[in-house]
Amino acid sequence: MTAPRFTTVTSRVVPLPAADVDTDQIIPARYLKVTDKAGLGTALFADWRLRPDFPVGKPEHAGAEILLCGHNFGCGSSREHAPWALVAGGFRALVSTSFADIFKGNALKNGLVPVVVDPATHAALFAARAADPAFAITIDLEARTLSAPGIAPVEFPVDGFARRCLLDGVDELGYLLGHLPAIEAYERRT
Amino acid sequence: MTARTMFAKVWDQHVVVAPDGDAPAVLYIDLHLVHEVTSPQAFSGLRARGLRVRRPDKTVATMDHSTPTKRGGLALADDQARSQLAQLTTNCAEFGIELHSLGESGHGIVHVIGPERGLTRPGRTIVCGDSHTSTHGAFGALAFGIGTSEVEHVLATQCLLQRRPKTLRVTFTGVAPLGVTAKDLVLAMIARIGVGGATGHVIEYAGPAIRALDMEGRMTVCNMSIEAGARAGMIAPDEVTFAYLAGKPGLPTGKAWDAQVDAWRSLASDPDAVFDAELTIDASAVEPMITWGTNPGHGVGITQPVPQPGSVADPNERAALESAVRYSAAVPGQSLLGRHVDVVFIGSCTNSRLSDLQAAADVVRGRKVASTVRMLVVPGSAAIKLAAEALGLDAVFVAAGAEWREPGCSMCIAMNGDMLEPGQVAVSTSNRNFEGRQGKGSRTLLASPITAAAAAITGVVTDPRTFLDGSQP
Repeated sequence: MTAPRFTTVTSRVVPLPAADVDTDQIIPARYLKVTDKAGLGTALFADWRLRPDFPVGKPEHAGAEILLCGHNFGCGSSREHAPWALVAGGFRALVSTSFADIFKGNALKNGLVPVVVDPATHAALFAARAADPAFAITIDLEARTLSAPGIAPVEFPVDGFARRCLLDGVDELGYLLGHLPAIEAYERRT
Repeated sequence: MTARTMFAKVWDQHVVVAPDGDAPAVLYIDLHLVHEVTSPQAFSGLRARGLRVRRPDKTVATMDHSTPTKRGGLALADDQARSQLAQLTTNCAEFGIELHSLGESGHGIVHVIGPERGLTRPGRTIVCGDSHTSTHGAFGALAFGIGTSEVEHVLATQCLLQRRPKTLRVTFTGVAPLGVTAKDLVLAMIARIGVGGATGHVIEYAGPAIRALDMEGRMTVCNMSIEAGARAGMIAPDEVTFAYLAGKPGLPTGKAWDAQVDAWRSLASDPDAVFDAELTIDASAVEPMITWGTNPGHGVGITQPVPQPGSVADPNERAALESAVRYSAAVPGQSLLGRHVDVVFIGSCTNSRLSDLQAAADVVRGRKVASTVRMLVVPGSAAIKLAAEALGLDAVFVAAGAEWREPGCSMCIAMNGDMLEPGQVAVSTSNRNFEGRQGKGSRTLLASPITAAAAAITGVVTDPRTFLDGSQP
């Protein structure tokens, strides 16, 4: 199996400051009747995209790979279709002050890196983006740092195992299957 | 041994491989529940690797999200839903998994049939590709929602790679007043701490107002844990739990049952166990709750005003409230009482069990649904539907002018054709009032079954206590 990989990304950012963006907005439930992971790019923010002021999907953001999003991004349902749609929409990293638990785990399994920064850095990133639409961020997973022109580099926390999987291309299920002897032993003793 | 929480006891019992350096724990899963929406890609993954389902005997599947609730079954589903349901049937047949198909006696919403069939038990680890898996924690199980990649991991290995979450104890003191149900208690908690308030934590619900709930009420509380961002919700098993489970299929009897109950009793948190965080809520001060906005944290007591976004200092929080007010057309500073309602939905994994239907029927009995309201009653399972019909509840609802449906998730997620028109307002017993959740442009007011039923009769948001104290005609 090809595991997703991630080392660094440098990209312009799409600003989406709304807090508590739920997975029903990221991909509305009517798009969940698929049996495949592919092709969900057009479903990404399908309802919000219709708003004239909504950034995702607008031509001026074409090619941007980082979504600068609000607090508690990805709350709500466990649908992995949310990161599938974000990846299909060209995103490789998300920057916020916090992410919902299930969403964060799902994102990492799809090579979409959720970067948590402190509120001051978060605000500074939005301000820099507002001042300059070409403002770009670099996310370095190896160094666990976020850097950008005019912003002091910050270290971000990331699950050590997920990081190793993404840097080295480790297949998580393959790793788990490697523990089958221990799983069999557990089943024998319980 | 140091004092442990209930969560820690269940977790420790299921660690197959302890965390080591960067590597998370390998956690054993006792029960894996599967439904049509979040499993197809996981089964495809197994096939691509040439793997089998490791423990089909610990895996149970149902169809619920995209199934029609009108009589007529699969023929009524749209092409895409039918193909997804057919895929589940094929997958379960190929991998030897027990499947409760539409129209069968064991069919129902995944979080309703687990407890009903005796599969949900104290001390078990339970997962499903569904965030409301937290429901099962009502029995003292550690139950949480997972993504489709993890569904594949569990199918292949019966295990998950997991980081140990933190613990939060929420103690409900006092006695819930008349008209205040399990739904109101949990909505009050989410209003207090917000939709991200319990992120990273497993909640243990405790205190006399929780102990006073029956199992169905406890399931309602644990169900909504995810709406506060919690990883899971748990309630220590007690006599209420044991009475519910006694006689369920697969459980022991006689002396073996007594031994089982003793083991379950020992799962309760030790008296001096330390939680990472604590919260106390006075149940006696909780009113019937209703949400006004676009997430489950936007709840207020039914007589209380919708908050003024201008009164919030944080600019992002203020913008979020302004956006919620715009979408929901709520009026800041005023309560929702008297707001016009188009649809009333009684159902979902939160509030579709027999006691929920009984409570709603008690409000509706002998009355008529307002001519401007469409009321849908959707039992959580085929078994609940049968039990309700045996009590004549279907007749109560139908005589009042409500629609009595086949079991399924229905209008909670609006994937099956049951949905609101753009701009319509529903009082709904479900769990999420997100934008568009009940159909594009839909506006959802979350509430208890009695609050929903009261709105169905009057056609407007109504204090349900007026139906309980004799002040309604």
